Amino acid sequence: MNHNNQYVNKTFLYVVLSIGVIVSILPFYWMTVGSTLPSGKIFSVPPTFLPGNHLLENAKTLNESLDFLKIMWNTLFISVTYTVISVLISAMAGYAFAKFEFKGKSAMFFIILCTLMIPFQVMLIPLFEIVVALDWLNTYQAIILPTLASPFAIFLMRQNMLSVPLSIIESARIDGAGEFKIFFSIVLPTMKPALAAVAIFSFMSQWNSLLWPLITLNSKDMFTLPVALSSLVGLARIDYGQLMLGTTLSIIPVLIFFLIFQKHFISGILGGSVKE
Amino acid sequence: MKKNNSTIKHNKLINPKTAPYYFLAPSVVLLVIFTLYPVISSFILSFQGMSGVDKYFVGFDNYIRLFKDPIFYKSLVNTFQILIVQVPIMLSLAILIAVGLNSSLIKFHGFFRVAYFLPAITALVAASIIFMVILDSNYGVANYLLSLVGIDPIDWLNDPFWAKVSIIVVMTWRWTGYNMVIFLAGLQTIPKDLYEAASIDGAGKVKQFFFITIPQLKPVFIFTVVMSTIGTLQLFDEAYILTTGGPNNATMTITLYLYETGFKYFEFGYASALAYVLVVIIAIISWVQMKVVGDS
Repeated sequence: MNHNNQYVNKTFLYVVLSIGVIVSILPFYWMTVGSTLPSGKIFSVPPTFLPGNHLLENAKTLNESLDFLKIMWNTLFISVTYTVISVLISAMAGYAFAKFEFKGKSAMFFIILCTLMIPFQVMLIPLFEIVVALDWLNTYQAIILPTLASPFAIFLMRQNMLSVPLSIIESARIDGAGEFKIFFSIVLPTMKPALAAVAIFSFMSQWNSLLWPLITLNSKDMFTLPVALSSLVGLARIDYGQLMLGTTLSIIPVLIFFLIFQKHFISGILGGSVKE
Repeated sequence: MKKNNSTIKHNKLINPKTAPYYFLAPSVVLLVIFTLYPVISSFILSFQGMSGVDKYFVGFDNYIRLFKDPIFYKSLVNTFQILIVQVPIMLSLAILIAVGLNSSLIKFHGFFRVAYFLPAITALVAASIIFMVILDSNYGVANYLLSLVGIDPIDWLNDPFWAKVSIIVVMTWRWTGYNMVIFLAGLQTIPKDLYEAASIDGAGKVKQFFFITIPQLKPVFIFTVVMSTIGTLQLFDEAYILTTGGPNNATMTITLYLYETGFKYFEFGYASALAYVLVVIIAIISWVQMKVVGDS
């Protein structure tokens, strides 16, 4: 009786959880199928659930509307540059806060914690004025610089750096190692999980970012993926085939990374709040 | 010899006393220019008007105008309606899925976790575009599926009520798995003997859920509620792509309105006032939530 009950529970759980999985995944399937169909076929009754043979035509229209390779390159270049520098400088700042005593430390840390609470929207207008004054509209640096120093990343790195034993640092100093050498060759190598989490978090937030690039990029050849996709939605006559293909292409690189580095990825996107 | 000399000099310049300033310098310089200055400048701007490129002080005019602005009210009401409906639905779903996945009856944890997390890696723009197609009023697959069970087609994106529902659908799809993984991590920290003791005392699964799981998850719960609330108050991408705030401002959000006043009509002072009201709202709500959820 009890055993039977458990069997029923188990089946019920699997059915419910599987329905959830289908809801999660079906939109991706729909998007991928859509990218192989002509615009008219995406909207047919009953809907077409199987891939068509319009992929190349969609690729052609997409490339006529936008230089898609350039847009991929823009997004990749911006995201990678942003991630590398952001991880490095936040690790440096986190190290300073965790392992040194200096004048103004607690005041500075407090101010950084405060800026953590301020929404980015507040800075939009003055940042736009700065970018215009520097003649930086439609440039990579306009996208990269404003959020490069991230209070969140600094905070996260500081929390992780607290666990580095002072004795290692001290003994390296006695051996005559310089402060930067200690940081790069002794402290950083022990921080790989935290660095990976911050890197993934930074990369994803930049790769997916819409609002700020939308404001600073208005020339087609400088678009990032989210801006490019939103421009396709803004067309008077939307070509859904090319739109689905563009959307699919914007997700594929991230998807591959995700499937390879699942665990790091999940804890990274959650901002290190969940440890594996 | 010369080389040796320069390293000694180098060591004197960067020593344990001065090193933290070097380590902090890049972040601090960037934060001062791109965060601190904008925050202050935006505050000053919120008391200014513009004619051409000239700015002049107008006192509280921007704020007074804001509180008389029906579109601003609409955007506030919309944002809160979406917040109040979406966050509880999403978090309930997330907790239930997490509890299900945490059950010892279930295998393939890795697969389920990845599958549920998948939506959280997509750009909000991409998610909105996919749902724009799914929710199309005439030929969307959502209405097709509804027609199979005899429900009349819904004008998802063009009806003021359903447009809000559409945005809630996209947000829920995009964020449920994300929150589920946070809850799952929280569940795994609850000591197993709590449940064992409860079942010896005769408490059923449902009772255990409400009297052990929920109280034990409180810190995680506060975290997800605050984060989801802050996120929803900043809602932009979904509304921009799906409905551009329509129909008739039914899905106008605070940030979308800020974007329009700032970068469509270039009213920088007015947009800054709007931004500062958003800051105050976020601060008050986060504070209240931490108080309310934290004390009970």
